[in-house]
Amino acid sequence: MSVFAVIFLFPLVFMFVSSLKPDAQILQDIDSPMAFLPVGDISLDNYFGVFDRVPVAQFLFNSVLVTVLTVGLGLIVNSMAGFALSRLAWRGRFVVLAIIIATLIVPFETIAVPMVYWVAQLPTLVIEGGVLKYDFGWLNTYEVQIVPFIANAFSIFLFTQYFSTIPKSLDEAARIDGAGWFTIYRRIIVPLSGPAFATVAILTFLPAWNQYLWPLMVVQREELRPVMVGMQYFFQLNTAWGEVMAYTSLITLPVLIVFLVFQRAFVSSIAASGVKG
Amino acid sequence: MTVTPPTVAAETPQRATRRFRTTKGRETWAGLAMMAPAGILLVLFLIIPVILAFTLSFTNARLISPNPPRFVGLDNFVRAFTADGVFVQSVWNTFLFALVVVPVQAGLGLLLAVLVNRRMRGVTAFRVIFFIPVVTSIVVVSILWRFLYQPNGLINSMIDTITFGAWSGMDWLNNPQTALGAIIVLSIWQAVGFHMIIWLAGLQTIPAELYEAAKMDGAGPWRQFVSVTWPGLRPTMVFVLVTITIAALGLFVQIDVMTQGGPVNSTSTIVYYAVRKGYEQQEIGYAAAISLIFFVAVLIIALIQRRLTREKD
Repeated sequence: MSVFAVIFLFPLVFMFVSSLKPDAQILQDIDSPMAFLPVGDISLDNYFGVFDRVPVAQFLFNSVLVTVLTVGLGLIVNSMAGFALSRLAWRGRFVVLAIIIATLIVPFETIAVPMVYWVAQLPTLVIEGGVLKYDFGWLNTYEVQIVPFIANAFSIFLFTQYFSTIPKSLDEAARIDGAGWFTIYRRIIVPLSGPAFATVAILTFLPAWNQYLWPLMVVQREELRPVMVGMQYFFQLNTAWGEVMAYTSLITLPVLIVFLVFQRAFVSSIAASGVKG
Repeated sequence: MTVTPPTVAAETPQRATRRFRTTKGRETWAGLAMMAPAGILLVLFLIIPVILAFTLSFTNARLISPNPPRFVGLDNFVRAFTADGVFVQSVWNTFLFALVVVPVQAGLGLLLAVLVNRRMRGVTAFRVIFFIPVVTSIVVVSILWRFLYQPNGLINSMIDTITFGAWSGMDWLNNPQTALGAIIVLSIWQAVGFHMIIWLAGLQTIPAELYEAAKMDGAGPWRQFVSVTWPGLRPTMVFVLVTITIAALGLFVQIDVMTQGGPVNSTSTIVYYAVRKGYEQQEIGYAAAISLIFFVAVLIIALIQRRLTREKD
C-alpha cells in the first residue's frame, strides 16, 4: 500500500518542492531524489514572479466569486426543486422527474459548442451612462460563468431522494399549525437535511472551481477569467517552470486545504453519489 | 446510470370536499412555483442547447457569420465519416483510450478499495492520499505531467535510474507511438481514487455475516472475494463502468493542455476535435454534428453496459 501512496503523491510533492526552486536547480535536481526535497536555493521568488506575470489576485477573486455563487444559488434552487418533486403532490411531477433523470446522461461536452452559439444571443441588462438598457450576448460576463450551472439535474435528484426519506407526518403537523409550503421547506426540511446540502455543495464545488473548457470559450476579457484559464499566460513565450509550479501550487493549495479539513464529508459525498445512484 | 426512482410520497386519498380542492390547488401552485427556478434554468441551459445541437447539425451554421444558417441535410455526417480523416482518427483514439482506461481504472480502483477496506491503523490516511489527485484540478495535473514527461523530465530520469541506465526513455508526448499512452497513464492516476471510493461504498454494503459464514465453510480470502464480495458488488460495478466510460469518452482537458491533438493527430479525440472545429474554426454546424455523433455513442454504450450487466443477475 505504501508503494501506491508514493505513486499517488510524488507528482504533487514534486510540484510544491519545485515551486520553491529556481529553474536551473529544478532541472539539475531531476536526476536525483533531491527533486522531492526542499533543498538548495530555496525561496519564494517564483511566487513573487507569478504576481508580476499575471493578475493572480483578480483570477482568484473571479474563481471564488463564480464558485461561491454557483454553489450557493445551486443549493437554493435545486433544493426547492427537490422539495417540489418529493413532498408536494402536483400533476406532472413524475414526468418532470423522469425528464430530469433522463438528462443526467447528457455530457456537458456535447452541448458546449451549441451553448456558445446560444448564450451569444441571450438578452442581458446593461447600465450605460446611468441608464438601464438591454443588449444581446452573454459573452465576457460573470453571469455566463455562473447562471448556466446553477440548476443541476444530479443535485435535484440527490435532494429529491434525501427529502423523500423524511417522514411526511412532519409536514402534516406543520400544516395543521397553519404553516405554508415555503415555511415547511425552510423551517423543517432544510434544517433536517444537512448531509444532503453538504453532499451537493461538495459535488458542485469541485467542478465550479475547476472550470476550464467553458470559460476558455466564452470569456476573452482577462479581468473576468478564472484561475484555470490563467494557466495559459505561462506558456506564451519561454516557459518558466518554477513560476508555473508556483502558480499551480497557488491554485491547488486552497482546494487541498478544504479537502483535508472536510475529508470525511468529501468521501461520504462521493460514496453517496455512487451508492444511491 | 442506475437510478432507483425516489419514493415520492403517496397522494392523500381523494375527498370530495371543497376545502380539500382548494388545498390541493394551493399545493399545485406551490409545487410549480418551487420547481420554476430550476425548471426554467434547465430548459434554458440544457434542453434548448440539446435541441440546438440537434438542429444545428443539419445546417452549415458558423459562429460569427453575416449569412443565416442554411439546411444542408446529412452533409455534415457524410463529411465526417467519408471525407474527414482527422475525425475518423479522433474516433479511433477516443475508443482506444476508453478501451484501456475503463478496465484498468475500474480494476485498480477495486484493488485499492479492497486494500483500504481493512480495519487497521493508518488506513484513513491512505484513503486520503489516494483521493488527493481527484481533488486536484485536471488542468493542474495535465501541466504537471507535461513537465514530468519531458525528454529531460522526472519520468525519464526515474526510468534511467531503475534500469541502471540501460534505457533512458524518450520524448513521450512528441512521439505518435507513445503520446496517447502517456495521457492514458496520467488519466488513470488522476481519477482512480474517485472510483476507489465508489467501490469502497459498495464493499461496505455487503453484510459481515456473509463473510463469517464463508469463513466457517472454510473459504480462503480469494474464495471469499469470488463468492461473496464480487456478487455483492454488481450494482456498484454498473455505476463504476458507466461513469468511467462516459468520462473517458469525454476526454478533452488533458489533450488541450498537453498535446493539442498532436503529434500528427495521434491524440486528437472526438470532443477535442468538436471544440476545435466549432470554436476555433467557427464551423458550428459541423461541430454540432460531431457532438451529436458523440452523444449517440455515449448513449449506445451506456445502454449496452446496463443490458450486459443486468442479464447476469
